Amino acid sequence: MYRYDEFDQGFVTQRTEQFKDQVRRRLSGELSEEEFKPLRLMNGLYLQLHAYMLRVAIPYGTLNSRQMQKLAHIARTYDRGYGHFTTRQNIQFNWPSLADTPKILEELAEVEMHAIQTSGNCIRNVTADHFAGAAADEIADPRPYAEILRQWSSLHPEFSFLPRKFKIAITGAPHDRAAVQVHDIGLQLTRNEAGETGFVVFVGGGLGRTPMIGRKVRDFLPEEDLLAYSEAILRVYNLYGRRDNKYKARIKILVHETGLEELKADIEAEFAKIRYGVLRLPDEEVRRIEAYFAPPPLEVLPETDGAFEARKAADAAFAQFVAHNLNPHRVPGHVSVTISMKPIGGIPGDATDVQMDEIAAIAKAYGHDEIRISHEQNVILPHVKLADVPAIFDRLVAGGMAEGNSGLITDIIACPGMDYCALATARSIPVAQRISERFGGADRQAEIGELKIKISGCINACGHHHVGHIGILGLEKKGEEFYQITLGGSANENSSIGEIIGRGFSSEEVVDAIETLVDTYLGLRSSKEETFLDAYRRVGDDPFKEALYGTG
Amino acid sequence: MKIVTANRLIDGEVVWLGAGNAWVGQVSEALVLDGKDDVAAALAAGLASAERREVVDVYEVDVTEEDGKLVPVRLREKIRAKGPTTHPELGKQAQASQA
Repeated sequence: MYRYDEFDQGFVTQRTEQFKDQVRRRLSGELSEEEFKPLRLMNGLYLQLHAYMLRVAIPYGTLNSRQMQKLAHIARTYDRGYGHFTTRQNIQFNWPSLADTPKILEELAEVEMHAIQTSGNCIRNVTADHFAGAAADEIADPRPYAEILRQWSSLHPEFSFLPRKFKIAITGAPHDRAAVQVHDIGLQLTRNEAGETGFVVFVGGGLGRTPMIGRKVRDFLPEEDLLAYSEAILRVYNLYGRRDNKYKARIKILVHETGLEELKADIEAEFAKIRYGVLRLPDEEVRRIEAYFAPPPLEVLPETDGAFEARKAADAAFAQFVAHNLNPHRVPGHVSVTISMKPIGGIPGDATDVQMDEIAAIAKAYGHDEIRISHEQNVILPHVKLADVPAIFDRLVAGGMAEGNSGLITDIIACPGMDYCALATARSIPVAQRISERFGGADRQAEIGELKIKISGCINACGHHHVGHIGILGLEKKGEEFYQITLGGSANENSSIGEIIGRGFSSEEVVDAIETLVDTYLGLRSSKEETFLDAYRRVGDDPFKEALYGTG
Repeated sequence: MKIVTANRLIDGEVVWLGAGNAWVGQVSEALVLDGKDDVAAALAAGLASAERREVVDVYEVDVTEEDGKLVPVRLREKIRAKGPTTHPELGKQAQASQA
């Protein structure tokens, strides 16, 4: 993985020192809260309902065991023994004190981590496919490009005060696992007829109160133009993006209000001006960064393993885990393992310090020291021998992380909601927990098959509800929690925004409503192979509306 | 009925304005305000405390009395007064059960 050079290390250390001084000046009264708030936000420190919250960047979701151990140490020493993995592949600590934060940032810097640009109107942590560098269907590892974008966007002087935040995602495979079409810029690696690497570019996707699917602006952007083209997009956005209304300030609104063709022409005009300047990516620089992400040496092994097969036949829980939590690896005899952070009835994305330490130990013992955080709030071991899966599974069982539910109905994305978040209008986590309990039986989940439920506790949509096959949005109505359901959303290569099915449901009713939807699907699917989303796309709203509201 | 709340600057801990304009850590100890003048005076005391860098985000909260106990009206404030509903071992609710 990428290692800091002297510039990275100097930059992060300098920022840590600056923030230490800013905290000192706040506590001594030299800075007012009004002056200090934007400074703490630029370092990922929010004030939430019960305490401060520190959001730590995990660039493109990649970390090693030493870094994971550091996160465990921070959870144990400065927080309340746990952290929460987020939909931007980051981690949040919910209880740090302001006084401790400079020390936490110093500790993070020791392992090449920081909280820079995890908040504020700047370019945020670039996200990538969590199976990057491992997936069998991958064209190329997207992380070297994510790292190049990180270096370009870190403290970019021109883009530190954008109209609003700006999110970039990149995927290296045709099957999009990074939700690129719902990002401000989405990049999909591709090859042209000459076999050269480049990007399909989407602009103006996003969720929040005005969800939109990104519009394609380039079928093939050559690798060498990645930064110049990104800079051109950002320049056009920085110049024309609305600053009069924060709810209309994202680039998606600019695309919508200006029109795609006009905006594309603006981007291309800017690009033409800077294309051959300093931002042109030299091939040797891309290859240099790529070398940091060189895969570990993996021996080609038999596609099957006797002990693995025997365990699968004898142990139903293991078989369930194998059926859902393994992803095909490009090297035969290997797999990527999803460690579920969604125990039945548990809190999506939460990990205790003990669990983080255990993940680090497992990664070291069996996973070439590589760990990923997925935007679906799970942890991935990207490079694992098939023959080691039983031993890993046993350790995960002991650590309470062995649920074989990846991609199933209990693998729910949920934002922190009103249990923590100052912006929330309703709770998310308890709804996720109750759905998980309702459908948590192994047979029932497997019978239902792939079904992505995503829950947000307010219209800002951190829980990605718009792109859930079933989306749940928590609102407040007359002082009570109230949940609106959308159907048919998706965040893969065939992205779609879910449609509101009808009037919302109270907290007491919402899990029954989900069960009604699931039962309706089971009753009308053409076969077990037809997923909830496929079935919905085939039959439309009507049967689900009828089942929920009896309108027919 | 209203009370005045804030978060402590140093650690973000939720506090309420109690008797003698001192910040207290349990909602049950908050000073109950009836009438506009009392609320305005309490808010002014809270803002003066914010100026002294003791707290941030000073605002008023509607409360009612249930079984002789002071309870915030809105769910958001109920959760602030107790802690995350998903973690009964954390936040004020844990301190209250130890007391």
